[in-house]
Order: sequence, then structure tokens, then C-alpha cells
Amino acid sequence: MKEINELNLPEELMYSDDHEWAQKEDAVITIGITDYAQDQLGDIVFVEMPEIGDSFAKGDEFGTLESVKAVSEVFIPVGGEVVAVNEDLEDSPELVNEDPYTNWIIKIKPVTDNEFQTLLSREKYLQLLKG
Amino acid sequence: MTQGPGTSGLILEEPLLWEKGKPGRSAFSMPERDVPETPIPMDLAGDGPDFPDLSEVDVVRHYTRLSTWNFGVDTGMYPLGSCTMKYNPKINEKIASFPGLSSAHPLLEESLCQGNLQILFELQQYLAAITGMDAVSLQPAAGAQGELTGMLIFAAYFRSLGEKRIKILIPDTAHGTNPASAALCGFKPVSLKSGNDGTLDATVVKELMDEETAGIMLTNPNTLGLFEESIREVADLVHAKGGLVYGDGANMNAVMGIVDFKRCGVDVMHLNLHKTFSTPHGGGGPGAGPVCVVEELKRFLPVPRIVEQDGRFVVEHDYPDSIGRLHGFFGNYGVLVRAYCYIRAMGAAHLKKASQLAVLNANYIRQELREALDLAYDKPCMHECVFSDKSLHKYKVSTLDLAKRLIDHGYHPPTIYFPLVVPGAIMIEPTETECREDIDQFIAVVKEIISEAGQDAEMLRQAPARTKLRRLDETLAARKPCLIG
Repeated sequence: MKEINELNLPEELMYSDDHEWAQKEDAVITIGITDYAQDQLGDIVFVEMPEIGDSFAKGDEFGTLESVKAVSEVFIPVGGEVVAVNEDLEDSPELVNEDPYTNWIIKIKPVTDNEFQTLLSREKYLQLLKG
Repeated sequence: MTQGPGTSGLILEEPLLWEKGKPGRSAFSMPERDVPETPIPMDLAGDGPDFPDLSEVDVVRHYTRLSTWNFGVDTGMYPLGSCTMKYNPKINEKIASFPGLSSAHPLLEESLCQGNLQILFELQQYLAAITGMDAVSLQPAAGAQGELTGMLIFAAYFRSLGEKRIKILIPDTAHGTNPASAALCGFKPVSLKSGNDGTLDATVVKELMDEETAGIMLTNPNTLGLFEESIREVADLVHAKGGLVYGDGANMNAVMGIVDFKRCGVDVMHLNLHKTFSTPHGGGGPGAGPVCVVEELKRFLPVPRIVEQDGRFVVEHDYPDSIGRLHGFFGNYGVLVRAYCYIRAMGAAHLKKASQLAVLNANYIRQELREALDLAYDKPCMHECVFSDKSLHKYKVSTLDLAKRLIDHGYHPPTIYFPLVVPGAIMIEPTETECREDIDQFIAVVKEIISEAGQDAEMLRQAPARTKLRRLDETLAARKPCLIG
């Protein structure tokens, strides 16, 4: 398992306290799990994703990640409607371990802009991890 | 160096049965034909199954060798938390093998199987007495089917009241089967976050319990091995909103003859006879998950039921409110007989003593390992104690490595990475059947492994080294399972 200073946490992303990341490009927000989350989960063997068109409120469970250790829910950091899911993960769940940032999980169209603004910066997320 | 019972030794190789034998070899002589030969109708003829041709000794050696690769409670300590892998006394097997029990046909007329029915009837009475509940069904085949039975009873109860309830409260420490069982019966599970001390927070229950919620499913003691001290308060909050309380009896081994679940406010609960009542456990079963209810819910219990009428035992099916049948005939009868035997052999006083010793043993391990590992919650535990692997992180060693290394020392690993609320959880349940010397040896081995982590972490990451097969690639097995031989 990685030490906190070994984690890859890109500066340009926003983070949630449930260990998801979010990135806003125009009207679409891309969501995945952080390096910390993938490291804690261990080898991921199955990714369960929502359907395109599903709607979630902030904090709702939008899928599950199954690792050799356990099954964990993933919570949506920003409420909205799913506009894309990363189908590559269906056959190759290991991509999330290899690079949790290139290998996003879903893209959504947010309900409001406000929720994205309340997410954590890299620095605040790092503080959270240091406890 | 501290040494557990594990050592290296000669392990005999054994191929698949299909790789053994020779065409024409046989372990069976056909009896001489005493009827005239008749040609087989063509529409019934075809290629036979692909069975290997083997002699008797081929088959006996095959299975005997495979059995030496196994690890079970008869081999050594099996401290698998929340599974209660206690020793199964051989008297259970002896009684269950009596021909009157093992060969009885389930369709025997009542007058020809009074003794068999009496065992079932009395087992129902005993389980009611041990839990404090009013009525029992022995039908469910295992714990998860017991949960399903309980949730079907919840659903039938609300239907009888003409109420529609769509949610159910389940603590975040619950076994994964709890939300699954509830969801199958149309209740959406709502997760309850545990309080800071690892137990239920009654204020959270108060906040979430409403008239759309069927009730709560709780496990007491919970999967952190902690007693839910607020259970009566929680039950009152649930009952005040018209809900029901389900008790998962997976951890009953801590409280036999000590806790009265009805007085705690539990309405429905299941027991795992293969955990608490010393029937064989593992290898996929069979198990038995009897369901106990309060008087008010008795009419919903599965059928058939064994009742006593004028000193005779009869099988009754005529209960219009029943949720129906859960299992063929009378449940897993052979398992029920073993549990009956255990209860009769122990008696009330010794069942209580067994629970007290199970709790004492777990607290002894908790106390002896608290410096070496990190306790998840620092308070006295019930029948199991839960640690995290925080103190191993500095060696880049995880719970998995510790568990695998325990195999080298001759122990079955404890439950790991559960409950989910504890990162890197290690859940140790010694049960009452381990003696002080064996527990001391186990503790010494765990400490030894932790010191190995400081000296040779790579050895732990490679463990086990003494087994027939070394560390298996669990990831590959999960990602690309090979499901045929």
C-alpha cells in the first residue's frame, strides 16, 4: 500500500471525501476514483456502472467496485444525469488500478454548477487523507 | 523462533480421476442377470457418460489423498471470525448415523416416525428457550435462507395490515447477505453508519425510522464483536413507528442462555446451527438456519410444522397465513439431528458456559495482541476481536500477507477485510473449543509473524511457502475464472 506522499493526486482535479475525483469540461463532468481509493481497494476485478440516462443526486451510490478484498460502493460527488460510461472497464477492470485518472468511470451532465464548486481541492483532499 | 503446528512434509500428488485408471478396470461386479435380455429401445440409447474406469483402491486413494490437502476443525485452529468454527463433537455423528435417523424416509407415515418428529419438535422448543423467542421453524437451509424467511415474514406481516413499507435499516457492519435478503423481499436497504464506538447510534435510528420503513436488521453481537447495548432503545424506536426488528443470529455463540432476544425487542431472528450448535460447517453445506419469531408472527412461519397433539407428533400444513414452504420435507434433517444432539449433550448450564468461554478466549487474544496489532475499537469484545493492519503499513505488509503467513504456521487464517468499516480488518474468533495452551501458541505465532514483517517483509508477501501450492493469483482467478476442470 502506498504512503500518502506516494499518491498521485493531479492538481487540476476536484475531490470528494468519499475518494472520487471530478473534472469539469464545458457542461460535462467526468468522474472516477482516486489513486488512494484504488490503492486501498486492491486489485479490482469487476466494475458495475449505471446506464446512460440514469439520474443521481449528490452522494447517491452510482455503482460498485469489486476487488479481491471486498465490494465497495461508489458515490456520485455531483448530482446529475449520466451521459457516458467507460465501457472499457467492463472487460478490463484492472485499468482502474493501472491509472485511475485516464480511466474514468462515468460522465454526467450536472443539475447545478454549485455542487462542483463545493468539492475539495487537491490540497484539502490531501489534508483529509492525512487526517 | 516460535513455531505453530505447521511444518513442511511429504505431500502426495494426485491427478484428476479422468487421468487415472484404464479402460475395463472396475470396482464393481454386476450381479448375475435373473431376467431375460431385452433390446434397449433406440430412442433411449446413446453414448454413456464420460466416467473413468477405476478400481476401488484407485478411488479410495484419490479421495484420501485429497482429504490430506484439506484443513478443517479436526486438523487445527480455525479462528474465522463471525463463522464460529468450533469443534463438532463426534457424538453428533454417532447419533446422526443411527439407521432409524439416517435411513428414515421423509414420506413415512406419522405413526412410523414418531421419534424422528419428536426430535424436530423438541429442537424447536429448545431453540425457543435458548433465544427467548416464542415459536420456531426448522425449515431454512442456512443463514441466508433464514434471513430471506425473516424478510418474507416481515413482508407478509405488513401485507396483512394493508401497509406498504419500502425501506429497511441495516447497519454498515452487517453481513452482505442482510441487504440482499431484504432487497429480494422488496425493501430498499438504508445503511446506518455505526457510532464512534462501533455500535449502533440510537439517534441515527430515530432520524431514519419512519412509517415507510419496515424496520431494522441488526446482528447482536455485531460483526465487530461488540454487543449492541442500545438494542432495547433501538427496538422501541422501531416499534413506535410500527416497524419490526430482525436479529441476525450469526454471532449467537457469544450469548447462548445469556441474552433473551424477545426482551431485547427482537421480533424475528435466525440461528446458524452450523455455527453455534456444532454441526459441520464449510464446504458449501448443508447448514441449517432455523427462524424464531414472537407469538404475534407465528402464523406466518413456513410450513410444514411439527405440533404435539395428545402426546403424539403430527405434521401440519394448514396455516393459511404461512409464507409457505422453504425446503423439501423437513429442512436439512441430518443437520437438525446433530444440533439436537449437541444441545442435549451440553445441557442448559454448559451451553451458557460455552458462550462465556468463547467470550473469555476472544478477550484474552484481544488483550495479548493489542500491543502487536491495532485494535479497531478499544473496548471489551464478545466472542471475536477485530484488529486493523495499521501497524504493519510501515513494513508494506498487509492483512492478506499476515493471513497467508499464518497458513505456513498451521493455522486457518482469520476472517480478513471484513467488516468493511475497518480498513485491513483481521477478525479473530477462537471459539470456546480452543484450550489455553493452543491459544497461547497462536498468539505467539502472530507476534512472530509481526516481527518477521520487520526483518523479511518479502517472505510474508510470498507466503505461504510450506503449502502444496504457493500464493495463488486471486486477482487472475477473479478476473478470468476457469470454471471447468
